Amino acid sequence: MDWFLQQLINGLALGAIYALIALGYTMVYGVLRFINFAHCDVLMLGAFAAYFLAPAVAHLFAPQSYLGAIVIVVLAAAICAVIGILIERLAYRPLRDRPKLTSLITAIGVSLFIEYTCQLQAVFGAQTRPFPKLLPQQDFQFGGLSVSSNDVIVLVVTALLLAAMRFIVMQTKTGTAMRAVSFNENAAALMGINVNRIISFTFGLGSALAGVAGIFYAMRAPGIEPLMGVQPGLHAFVAAVVGGIGNLPGAALGGLVIGLLETFAGGIPGLSNYRDGIAFAILILILLFKPAGLLGKATVEKV
Amino acid sequence: MKNWRGHFLAALAIGLFLTGCNKPSSAPGAGGDTIKVGEFASLTGKEATFGISSHEGTLLAVEQINAAGGVLGKKIDLHTEDDLSKAGEPATVVNKLISRDGVVAMLGEVASSRSLEAAPICQQNQIPMISPSSTNPKVTETGDYIFRVCFIDPFQGTVMANFAAKTLKAKKVAVFTDVKSDYSKGLAKYFKGGFMANGGEIAAELDFNGGDKDFKAQLTAIKAANPAAVFVPGYYTDVALICIQAKELGLNVPLFGGDGWESDELVKIGQDAVEGNYFSTHYAPDLATDRSRNFVADYQKRFNGKTPDAMAALGYDSAMILADAMKRAGSTDGPKVRDALAATKDFDGVTGKTTINEKRDATKPAVIMQVKDGKFHYLETVNP
Repeated sequence: MDWFLQQLINGLALGAIYALIALGYTMVYGVLRFINFAHCDVLMLGAFAAYFLAPAVAHLFAPQSYLGAIVIVVLAAAICAVIGILIERLAYRPLRDRPKLTSLITAIGVSLFIEYTCQLQAVFGAQTRPFPKLLPQQDFQFGGLSVSSNDVIVLVVTALLLAAMRFIVMQTKTGTAMRAVSFNENAAALMGINVNRIISFTFGLGSALAGVAGIFYAMRAPGIEPLMGVQPGLHAFVAAVVGGIGNLPGAALGGLVIGLLETFAGGIPGLSNYRDGIAFAILILILLFKPAGLLGKATVEKV
Repeated sequence: MKNWRGHFLAALAIGLFLTGCNKPSSAPGAGGDTIKVGEFASLTGKEATFGISSHEGTLLAVEQINAAGGVLGKKIDLHTEDDLSKAGEPATVVNKLISRDGVVAMLGEVASSRSLEAAPICQQNQIPMISPSSTNPKVTETGDYIFRVCFIDPFQGTVMANFAAKTLKAKKVAVFTDVKSDYSKGLAKYFKGGFMANGGEIAAELDFNGGDKDFKAQLTAIKAANPAAVFVPGYYTDVALICIQAKELGLNVPLFGGDGWESDELVKIGQDAVEGNYFSTHYAPDLATDRSRNFVADYQKRFNGKTPDAMAALGYDSAMILADAMKRAGSTDGPKVRDALAATKDFDGVTGKTTINEKRDATKPAVIMQVKDGKFHYLETVNP
C-alpha cells in the first residue's frame, strides 16, 4: 500500500510538471493551429535563467529563502516570456500566411537551433551543471511514505497556475480575445482585436509557464544541460494531445495521466525499461480510438 | 530522364574521385618527420570529465615522449577529436582521423559503447587501437587490433560482488542498470553472477535510460524490495541524480558502483546525497609508488594543480604503452605495432605493472573508494 501511495505522489509531481508544459503547447495550438516544438527549449532556458540568477539574487535576499526563490522564478518566467515572444516575432510571424506545415517545420528548426547553439562551449556547453538549491529542502516521512517539500511546492504552485490560466482565459478581456482569435482569426480582427498582440501574449504566457516548469524540473533533478528539455517536452506534447489539443483542462489532465502511467510503469521490474515507450503507446491508442483527445471535441475540418 | 542519369553518374564520379583523394598515401602518417596518432574522447557532453581527464593524461604522456626525443627519431603528433559523449559520433570522427588525417594508431574512449563503435573501423583499417579505460569485454573481442590497458568488467563485477557480500555484509542487494550503456549492462551481469555465487540474493532489478532525470518510480520499487544496498553501475551524471532522489525517498542504504562514478561532478551535483557511497576504480592517487608519485606531480604541474583521476592515469599509460610498442616494433606499421602491443609484458605504468594477455586485456588490481567529506578516499586494493 505504501508502495502504491508513494508512486501516486511521484506520479502526481511529475505529471504536474508535464501539465505546466502541456499548457503552453495547447495554448499556442489554440491560437495558431501548429505545434511550437521550440517550447521544450524554452523550458531549458528557464532552468538556465534560474541557474544564472540564483547567485545574484542570493546577494539581495537570504540564500534559499522563499522570497528569493519567488524572485528567481518570476524573473526567469519573465525572461522566458520575452524569449517566447521573440521566437514568435522572428520565426513564426513572417510565415503566418504560409501553409501551417511551413511553421511546423520552422518550429523544429528553431528547436534544433536553440539546442545546438546552447551546446556550444561559448554559450552553456554540453556538460551537466549542478542546479543550485533554491529552497531549504525537507523530506516528510509518514510511516513508510516519503514526501519531499519540492513535490508539495510543485503540486501547489501548479494547481494555482492552472486556476490562474483558467481565470485569464475565461474571465478577462484578453482571454476573451484569445478565444476569439482561436475561433476565427479574421473575424476577430474585424471586431477590432489586435491579433498580433494577442498571439504575442499567448506565446509569452505559455513560455512563462514553460520557464516555471523548467525550474521545477531542475529542482527535482538538479543537473541541467542544453538537451534537458527534450524528454519532458516530448512527453508533455503527448500529454497535450491525449487531453485534447487546444483544450486547457485537457492539457492538465493529460499531463497527470502521462505522469502517473509512466511512474507506475517505471516501478515494475521488467517494465521499467519501457517507461518512455508508455507515453507513446498511449498516444497511438488515443489517436486510434479518440482522435480528439480525452476532453477535446471532434471538429470537422473545413476544406 | 536520360539527362538526369547523366548528372547522377557525373556526381558519382566526382564523389569517387574526391574519396580517392582523401585516402592516405602508401605510408600513412609515417611520412614526414612526425608520427600521427589519433585520439577520440568525450571532451564535451554527458561524460565530459572522463574525456577531459583521459585526454589530459594522454597529452601529458605525448609531451613527455616528445621532450625525451620522440619515438624512432620522430615526434608524436596527436590528433584529438571530440565525440560529444554521443552515440554515432565516434564512428564519424574515427573515420575522419583514419582517412583524412592518416593516423597510424588510435587511442580512445572511456565509455565502452563508444569504443565498441570505433573498434570495427580500426580493425578493418588495421590501425592498432588502445582503449584506456573501456571495461566491457566485448571491446577487445572485436578483433586482434583492439587492445586495452585496464581490467575488464567480469573482474570489476566480481570485486564489487565480494565487496558487497564481505565488507558491506549485505544479504539482499538491488541492481539498477542503465539499459542504454553496454558498460552498465555488462557490469550488472557480472555483479549479479558474483553476488549470487557468494550466497547473496538480488532483491530487485530495475532499469533506467542514461540521460533520464526522474528515477523516483524505479527507486520506490527498489525501496519496497527492502535491499541492504543498491548496486548502480552507471555514469556519474545519472548516478548523482539517483543518489539525490534515493535520499529524498528515504532509501537510506549504501549505493555503490563501478569506475563510471569517478568524477568530481559526482560530488558537485550529488553533494551530501553521495556521501558514504562506494565505487571501484583503477587507480588511487594516494597509493604511492615512485612512478605514480612522479606522475601526480607532473600532472599537477601541467594542469594547474588538478589531481589526476583513474581516467587520466590510464590515458597516460595508454599513450606510453603505444610508444613502447612502436619502439620495440621498430616501425609504425599497423601489423608490426599490433604484434609488439600483444607482446607487452610487465610494462611499468602509473596504474601498476601492465601485461597484455591473450585476449588483449590488461590484468590489473582494482581499488575501492568511498565518498567522504566530498572527496574520494581509498579503502582497499583487490588483486585479480
